[in-house]
Amino acid sequence: MPLPVYTGRFGPTQAERLLWRAGFGPRRGEARSLASRGLDDAVRSLTRPPGERWVGPPPHDDKGRPLAPADAYGHDHLWWLDRMVRTRRPLVERMTLVWHDWFATSNASVGSQKLMLAQNRLLRRNALGSFDHLLVAITANPAMLIWLSGTDNRKDAPNENYGRELMELFTLGEGHGYTEHDVREQARALTGWTSTWKQGKGQVDFRFDPSRHDSGSKTVFGKRGTFSWRDSVALCVHHPQHAPFFVRKLWSYFVPTLPDARTQAGLEEIYRNGFEVRPVLEAILRHPALYNGPRMVKPPVVYVAGLLRALGRGIDTTAWVWLSEGAGQRLFYPPNVSGWDDTRWLDTNTFRGRWSIANTALDKVTLGERKGKKASKVPNDPEAIVAGALALLGDPTIRRETHRELVAFARGSLKGATGWKAEAYPPLVANAVRQLLAVSPDLQTC
Amino acid sequence: MACCHEHSRSELLRRGLAEAGRGLPPIEPGMPVPAGTGLDRRTFLARGLGLALAVYGGSALLPRAFEEGIAAAAAAPQSKVLVSVFLDGGADALSLLAPTGDPLYSQLRPRLALPVGAGPAFSEDETLSWHPALAPLAQLHGEGKVSVMPGIGYDHPNQSHFTSRHFWEVGAADERLATGWLGRYLDRVGSHDNPLQGLSLDWSLQPSLATARMPVAAVDAPDQYDFWAQGVWGEVSDRMIATIGRLGSIPSHGDPGLEVASDAAGQSARLYEQLTPFRPKDGKALASPVPYPAGDDAFPRRLAGLASMLGAGLPLHVVALSAPGGYDTHDNQAAELADGLKLTADSLLAFQRDLEARGLADRVLVHVWSEFGRRAKENGSGGTDHGAAGTGFLIGSRVAGKMIGEFPGLGKLDEDGNLRATSDFRGLYSAILEDWLGTDAAAIVPDARKFSRPTILR
Repeated sequence: MPLPVYTGRFGPTQAERLLWRAGFGPRRGEARSLASRGLDDAVRSLTRPPGERWVGPPPHDDKGRPLAPADAYGHDHLWWLDRMVRTRRPLVERMTLVWHDWFATSNASVGSQKLMLAQNRLLRRNALGSFDHLLVAITANPAMLIWLSGTDNRKDAPNENYGRELMELFTLGEGHGYTEHDVREQARALTGWTSTWKQGKGQVDFRFDPSRHDSGSKTVFGKRGTFSWRDSVALCVHHPQHAPFFVRKLWSYFVPTLPDARTQAGLEEIYRNGFEVRPVLEAILRHPALYNGPRMVKPPVVYVAGLLRALGRGIDTTAWVWLSEGAGQRLFYPPNVSGWDDTRWLDTNTFRGRWSIANTALDKVTLGERKGKKASKVPNDPEAIVAGALALLGDPTIRRETHRELVAFARGSLKGATGWKAEAYPPLVANAVRQLLAVSPDLQTC
Repeated sequence: MACCHEHSRSELLRRGLAEAGRGLPPIEPGMPVPAGTGLDRRTFLARGLGLALAVYGGSALLPRAFEEGIAAAAAAPQSKVLVSVFLDGGADALSLLAPTGDPLYSQLRPRLALPVGAGPAFSEDETLSWHPALAPLAQLHGEGKVSVMPGIGYDHPNQSHFTSRHFWEVGAADERLATGWLGRYLDRVGSHDNPLQGLSLDWSLQPSLATARMPVAAVDAPDQYDFWAQGVWGEVSDRMIATIGRLGSIPSHGDPGLEVASDAAGQSARLYEQLTPFRPKDGKALASPVPYPAGDDAFPRRLAGLASMLGAGLPLHVVALSAPGGYDTHDNQAAELADGLKLTADSLLAFQRDLEARGLADRVLVHVWSEFGRRAKENGSGGTDHGAAGTGFLIGSRVAGKMIGEFPGLGKLDEDGNLRATSDFRGLYSAILEDWLGTDAAAIVPDARKFSRPTILR
């Protein structure tokens, strides 16, 4: 049964949404050029991208030095943010972020940027490939082995941490087709991983040690066998509840409403044919629900990367580390193993965090502050000031009412501005309009 | 986080004008004198009036804020306050209150059992001892200001962090319920224009405060809630901040994503006005009459800020925050647990003393909880795996000071080797709602009548 495909107009507004949902928003002019390719070609350009080539200025810290992602505090975050900003393969980066949320591992307890970066490369390598393969790789991944106590899980002292989350969060969903008994038996199947602690180097030499593995008979999902860690993973992927879980979860990153029954069934069918991620993504990105449905709140790092892409600005300050954290998303530090809560990105505090993000993103183009630059360059014209702010941010689609409020603000602020204020106020107002536009509900969502 | 779009602007204005006819809000008579704050009454009143004036000052730009602040400031001083403190990760009940008198304890916990005499004895049951780091709670317990729930949980316990925490947050064993129990309480009794009524002292909203309709707020630190933009100042800046609220009140026409973003903008603009007296130009709004634990951690600072806000008469009602420390102690439990518990207990003691010094202690009840306890038998990594019943506390000058539910006992663990619950969190919530907050629990907690209410107040 074929899945529904969006057949409405695919103009710059639709291309803009696609670029936000499947990436980090358009660069200047990108929505228009993508729209001209039509829906199918536009989606394929994302799911089957060309080789990587970086667009824009290379990243550096506040003093102009290159980043040291494996060593310097916060540079891990900046390194990845830079990829999001400069990539030509936005869906690959976006899916890497999806997997980082799906297999949410935090450096708060791993304690090694090097191991976190290695995990990040693993996620990127498998970003659009086989979930089956990805799951095997992540189960044996050093950062994950530390994070969910895999190296503490040995035959005479099983630790349930990974076995539980493998089913609850990674493959089946809480309460879907497994019991507490299965948790304990899976923990036994997963025993055997270990590492060595070296002074000055931390945990090294992650390996499977058969003498730590419980090779006895286990019963998982009612099946009996001397299951190994690979069996443990395979049992989950082939569990009848896995495909429904996978489809629901992957869909939820791209579309805020639930798939209808026909769509759910169709996506499961595609997925069961080899556990490949790419064809499922292609079906989701062409689905009418993505284009006709309601808006989604942009995750904080997507919001940051998108502002920088629209402004054509590269990573030139380490402030993005704490600014993103203030908005609720520090890369490599998800709040817990279930990842970030996409339903709670915005409240009075994280809104203020996004305000600071917009303020910093715009601080290289502030009007009326630099010496020798005449304030009168900004027209004393509310409509023109708002049009200028929109152009600066790449002409994003906004609601008529939002446009009207911004013009009303500019008009009200300029109305009484006579005498010295007639000269001084237009740049102030232009700065404020840019800031208000960047934090408007329209630009917080896509 | 949805809020007040159904509440028409004209109705708000009408109500605001009616209120305004009575002159300045009655800030002086209802407000407690801030004992021990080092502020004289005049300074204090000026600060109180600062709140009112900020509201009036804002009215030229944003008429709606006018009556909001008035109603809020006037309503605040008499109301009870509930503070919810979350121990994230599943705190180990058998360490918080250790059954040191039971020989089974050291058999189940050969490495982790606390020795007799390591912490203060528990005066209500000599077979139990406090964790050494909880000595401050033992001290308050000796004063009758702590009630211990040594085995709180629910039937058919779920050992997933996320599911069990969700149950506690929504006040029901229901995975689909999307509003918090305190959020539903605010939806019933709260106001359409006071985000401070439900305050998360956190980077983000605590889910127990998630409402369906009423505005709530999250603030990391009350004195830093400001909106500054480079190259914008003076009256243009004031107008800009007011415009945040106007952008937030554009109808979202049923689009949930837009509604979330709009509510965040609208509530942020309102909160900005409410917190005006706490911004630095007003000086030492956050001076505390007692010392709090020093260091970088946010928890003691947040409690100190909370006491200050209550002292200044801000209209807070239910407050939620997370305790310091990580309680999901699968490995290396002994050290990790002690650090988190110590800072938590030291800070809670300082908070209680602060409230007492300010004469506010009778208005505040603190509830400390965790999503579950941990497995009775330790694991092989010097830690413990997920369990069932856990330990919780009620703290305050008005609490009964007696155990709620007996200690579950190591001799009758459930089939998974976990402690059985001897009290139900939904019964506790019902008692808090009825006896402390004075509302009908049946309207908030699903099937509330099924759960027996413990005696929580003296």
